Amino acid sequence: MSSRTLPLLFINLGGEMLYILDQRLRAQNIPADKAKKADWIEDDRRRVMNDIITTMFNKKFLEELFKPQELYSKKALRTVFDRLAHASIMRLNQASMDKLYDLMTMAFKYQVLLCPRAKDILLVSFNHMDAIKDFVKDTPSVLSQVDETYRQLIEMYTPLSSGEFQLIRQTLLIFFQDMHIRVSIFLKDKVQNSNGRFVLPISGPVPHGTHIPGLIRMFSCNGEEVKRLQFRNGGNYTGVLREGSFEMFGERVIKLGTNMYVNTAPNPLAKEELNMLARLMGGMEVQKPGNADSGFRVNLFATDEEEEEALISRPDEFSYDVIKIQATKNQQANAELVKIMGDFTEEAGEPCSSSANSKGDDLLAMMDGL
Amino acid sequence: MYHKEKSIQMKSSASALYNNLSVLRIAPRSLTYFTVVHANMVNMVSASWDGLNYSHRQLQSKEANVATSSSLIMQAAWCVLPSRDILVLTSQKGIQMYESDGSIMVYWHALDTPETQTAQAVFARGIAAVREKYICVGISSGSMLVFDVPIKGSNITLSEVLEEHKESITDLASECSGSLECIADMVSADDSGNLCVWKSGEDFQLLNKIPGFDMSCSSVKLWKGTVVAGYGTGQIRLYEAVTGIVHAEVNAHARWIYSLDIAPFSGLLLSAAEDSLVRVWHLTMTPETNSVEVTSQTIPGRNLTTPRTHRQTLTASLPLSPSRSCTCITSV
Repeated sequence: MSSRTLPLLFINLGGEMLYILDQRLRAQNIPADKAKKADWIEDDRRRVMNDIITTMFNKKFLEELFKPQELYSKKALRTVFDRLAHASIMRLNQASMDKLYDLMTMAFKYQVLLCPRAKDILLVSFNHMDAIKDFVKDTPSVLSQVDETYRQLIEMYTPLSSGEFQLIRQTLLIFFQDMHIRVSIFLKDKVQNSNGRFVLPISGPVPHGTHIPGLIRMFSCNGEEVKRLQFRNGGNYTGVLREGSFEMFGERVIKLGTNMYVNTAPNPLAKEELNMLARLMGGMEVQKPGNADSGFRVNLFATDEEEEEALISRPDEFSYDVIKIQATKNQQANAELVKIMGDFTEEAGEPCSSSANSKGDDLLAMMDGL
Repeated sequence: MYHKEKSIQMKSSASALYNNLSVLRIAPRSLTYFTVVHANMVNMVSASWDGLNYSHRQLQSKEANVATSSSLIMQAAWCVLPSRDILVLTSQKGIQMYESDGSIMVYWHALDTPETQTAQAVFARGIAAVREKYICVGISSGSMLVFDVPIKGSNITLSEVLEEHKESITDLASECSGSLECIADMVSADDSGNLCVWKSGEDFQLLNKIPGFDMSCSSVKLWKGTVVAGYGTGQIRLYEAVTGIVHAEVNAHARWIYSLDIAPFSGLLLSAAEDSLVRVWHLTMTPETNSVEVTSQTIPGRNLTTPRTHRQTLTASLPLSPSRSCTCITSV
């Protein structure tokens, strides 16, 4: 449908991923009294965030992203985020990566669905961008890339009409259709039902440009109002709030897209986890070939056992069916990569080409080159 | 007034698209067909009136490429012509037409898709049967295709291309009152809220253009010479088709309206929106004063606002018949 959807999908999902990783990395932080190790861990957290954001906002990468194109298949997009999550020394195993992706996608689905106006999806994107900018405020090189992305977003999206934004929204909702994974934060706040569906509120401020439902006005042939009727709207709507800023800076007003993990209570099992983490890192093997640093592993679950259990008990229908790609030059790896590219090449039946100039020379290829 | 009938479970969920439910009543066979679009597929169910038999069928988008999003269906709707009923599917690739039970495709019209992807999306959306032999379909460029449909067979031809709208067509509607006295045969709506009123014929004639207010009109109906339009702001407006005079304005919903439908004999209007509500209105025409009165209705004994924990977006439609049954489905 809309060929302008991919940048928003990528940036918002990326933003959610960073919120989650940031929270998990902090939860695995060692308190100051553990002396030497403390600084090292804090630096690593910043380094992980920086590395991922640098990859996300790579110039060539973004150039490809902003070109008009259909959305990737779910499989291809998941692979892009797998690569992104591993663009640093951090390591996630299958179960944690699955959980990370579940959280990211359900969070963005929620944000898209709850946006008062279709255009507000841009404000949600700016909320993510604002947070990303804050993560890298001390690194000028990445910061300038982030700023450049703001400009591209503003240039591409601010001129769009309400109908075009609604098409983008519909494209996203169709992409997220039938995803009903339960997220504990959403269940707790009662914004998600136990069947995984989100609750649409019939209260709160009406969107910009909309009147509170309740009034019927009838006119004569010469435009004079001749009758008014009120009806009960059955909800508890309030007046519209001021409009958020669509510029590089400014208050966005909408809360969707801000970090919902910020006030999460610290993990009471932190100390145990730290010990576990220290043990793991001490005995860490290099897992990916060609990786100079010994990475450290991040667990999205409370304990290793939980993580393992989650992997075993994960229902088949939630499987992302990820294709593992080695960043090597062997034929088989190229064939798999090319096959994925083939999945989202526009013309059906187009012969798959592994040459750099083939159609669909795109994000995955970019990521491989980084 | 409406009363709730037995719920029907579709094979898969409904996609978030305007006017995503189409209904066809086949009285001689005591059957009703329902269609709902799901991504690149159409789910069709045929339900017997005694509520005992259901038969499901799925129609695929032509040239569907399973892994991509480039062959999504935008709308499916039945076109009721005097001699036959045609099921029309509009997608990003083109327009498919089937015999009413969806068993045989009788016509395929491919859209011009550019070599390289453009920023402007390409798709067909907006379907209406007009008078005895026309089926009109809207395009994302703003054009409208008029197809000439023979009494039977597959010799359907493109009769005319109407170029009046500059924005993507959102919905088309033909006069549904059954009255032959109405001058206007069809109304078309687009993404900027502009409405065009047409008279059908060898060459379609533009009778009137009602300007929008920069807000998409997502659903439109034409009843007894009155245009009923639902907008992205949640407002419903009623206009006299040939003159553009505003009859009424209703602050109906708190979110984007996705669907409107009218029961032509009773003047009951249904509106469904992203605020998860379906509202019922009653339209009364007073020809002497050339006015239309709109009142809000509630279905007796039934609160259409579902409990908070179950609310989801709705799209709705109802059969153009006196049975006055209301059909709602949940989506997303």
